[in-house]
Amino acid sequence: MSEVDLSVNIGNLTLRNPVMLASGTVGYGNEISEFIDLKKIGAIVTKSISLKPRKGNKPQRILETAAGMLNAIGLANVGIEKFITEKIPFLKKQDAPIICNIAASTIEEYVECVRMLNDEDGIHAFEINVSCPNVNEGGLQFGNDLNMVGKITEKVRANTTKPIIIKLSPNVAYISDFAQAAKKEGADAVSAINTLVGTAFNIKTKKPKLNNITGGLSGPAIKPIALAKVLEIHRKVNIPIIGIGGIMNWQDAAEFMIAGASAIQLGTVNFIDPTASEKILKGLIDYCNKNNIDRISSLTGSYQLD
Amino acid sequence: MNITENQIEEIKELEHNIHLFKVKSPEIANNINPGEFLNIRISELAIPLLRRPFSVCDVENDSFYFMFNTMGAGTKLLALKKPGEFIDVLGPLGNGFNIEDDFDRAIIIGGGLGAAPFPFLTRLLKDKKEIITLIGGRTKKDVITYGLENISVATDDGSLGFKGNVVELLGKKLDETGNVKSKIFACGPTPMLKALKILTEQKNIECEISTECAMACGFGICQGCPIQSAADEDKFLLVCKDGPVFNSKEVIL
Repeated sequence: MSEVDLSVNIGNLTLRNPVMLASGTVGYGNEISEFIDLKKIGAIVTKSISLKPRKGNKPQRILETAAGMLNAIGLANVGIEKFITEKIPFLKKQDAPIICNIAASTIEEYVECVRMLNDEDGIHAFEINVSCPNVNEGGLQFGNDLNMVGKITEKVRANTTKPIIIKLSPNVAYISDFAQAAKKEGADAVSAINTLVGTAFNIKTKKPKLNNITGGLSGPAIKPIALAKVLEIHRKVNIPIIGIGGIMNWQDAAEFMIAGASAIQLGTVNFIDPTASEKILKGLIDYCNKNNIDRISSLTGSYQLD
Repeated sequence: MNITENQIEEIKELEHNIHLFKVKSPEIANNINPGEFLNIRISELAIPLLRRPFSVCDVENDSFYFMFNTMGAGTKLLALKKPGEFIDVLGPLGNGFNIEDDFDRAIIIGGGLGAAPFPFLTRLLKDKKEIITLIGGRTKKDVITYGLENISVATDDGSLGFKGNVVELLGKKLDETGNVKSKIFACGPTPMLKALKILTEQKNIECEISTECAMACGFGICQGCPIQSAADEDKFLLVCKDGPVFNSKEVIL
C-alpha cells in the first residue's frame, strides 16, 4: 500500500495535512505543545490578535450547554507587539505552520495589523476574523454586512501577498453570499463556521449566565449546522473552504471534507482532549487506506447527492 | 500535566451525599501538591461535554483522592462509577498552596465543599506546624470534616458550633489566641474569600485562597476563567493556570 498524500492546497497555501487547530482554542501554542507535536499538524491558527492588547470580558465567560458550550471571552489577547516579540518565536521554534488570526474594530486596524505582520516569515497565512460574536465593535457587525466583508477583504488583499482566509459567521441568512464577496475581493479561502450566537438564563435570579449576556455556541451541538453551511458554500461558490464546527473525531472530520471542506479546524475538542488532532489525523489516514484513497484532497466535495 | 487513564480503587460515601474516590496513579500521586487540581472526563459522550475540575483531596502512597457532591449532570454520572472502572484524568493542574514559607501555625479555613483540598494539606503539615481548622456551612449538613484535625465549626443557622460565618469565627479565634506567626489557607465560596481577604489584610496575616471559576480546559488555552489582578488593572489572571491558589493580595474578588 502506498502512503496517502495528505497535503492540501488552500489557494496559494499548501498544508502538510488538513488538520488545523482553530483560533481561540489553543492560545499561541505554548500549552498545547506539551501534549502534541505542533510540527505534525496542518496549521495552528493563533488566538485572534488585535493592534492593542485586549483584556477580554469579565467572568463568567464559559458555560456548558447540551452537547456544546457558550463562550464569551471577548478576544482577550496580548496585542500585536507582544505577539511578534514573544509568541511567534516560540511557534517558529516548534516548526509549527502558523496562520495568524486578526481581529479589529475598523478596516484601518485590520490593514495595520496585516502590514505589521506581513514580513514575518513564520506566518503562512492570515485568517481574518469578521465574525466574533462577543465584542461590541467590529465582530459580528462586520460579519453581518456583506459590503463590509468585501471591503475588509479588498483592503487586506491590497496590503499582503500572503494567503488570506476570511472566517465567516453563521449568523446570517446566506453564508454563500459572504463567501462570494470574499472571493470577489481576492480571498484565497473561507473558514466556516465561527460560533453561533446563544445565551442562557439563571431561572432563579433571571439574570443571564454569561456576563456578556450572549456568547458563541460551539461543540458537537453545532456540527449539523456547520456542515450545511459548508455544503451551501461548496455548491454555490468556487473557493476553498476550511470546515469548522463541533468536530470531535475523525469521522466528523471526514464528513466535513465530503461536504466540501479542503481542510478542517478543531476547536472545542482541544479543551476536552488536547491530543485530539493527532488521533483525528491518524483516523483520517486509516480511512483513506481502507478506502483506497491515495490523495486525501480527493475527499473534498465528494458528496453524492443523488 | 498529562492525560492518563486511572483505575478507581475505592469509593466512600461520606455524610451528606459527599462521594470520595480513591484513584490509583503513581504519576499523579507523586507529583501533585495540595491545592492543585485534576480535570476529569466523565464520559466519552457529548453530554456532559467538558471535563470537570476537582481539587486533589488527599494523597496516600501511589493513590490520590478527590471528593464531590452530586450537583449536576456530570457529577451525577460520575457518582455511578464503580471501583475497578477507569477514569480519564488530566493533571496535575494549576498552582497549589505554598507551605514552604515561614510560619508556625497554619489556619485552615473551609467553606462547605471548600474543605476538599485540606486533608492533603493537613497530612503534610501536621508533624511540622500547629494546625487550627475552621469549617463553615449554612447548616450542619454543609459541614465536611473528613481528614481534618483540630476543628472548630461555624454554621449560619447555629445548628452546629459557632453561630455565624467562618470568617467571624476566625476573627474571634485570632483575638483569643494572640501572637503566633500564622498563615491562612482557605477555600470556599467567593463571599467567604472576600470577607477573609478584608480581615487578613487588616490584621496583616498571610493568606492564600483557592479560587473557583467556570472553566473548559483547565490549562490555559480556553481563557475561560479570568480573575482580576490586583497589581495591574488591565490584566486578568487565569484561575486554572495562574491559580487556583493565589495569595489574597494578588487578586481582586
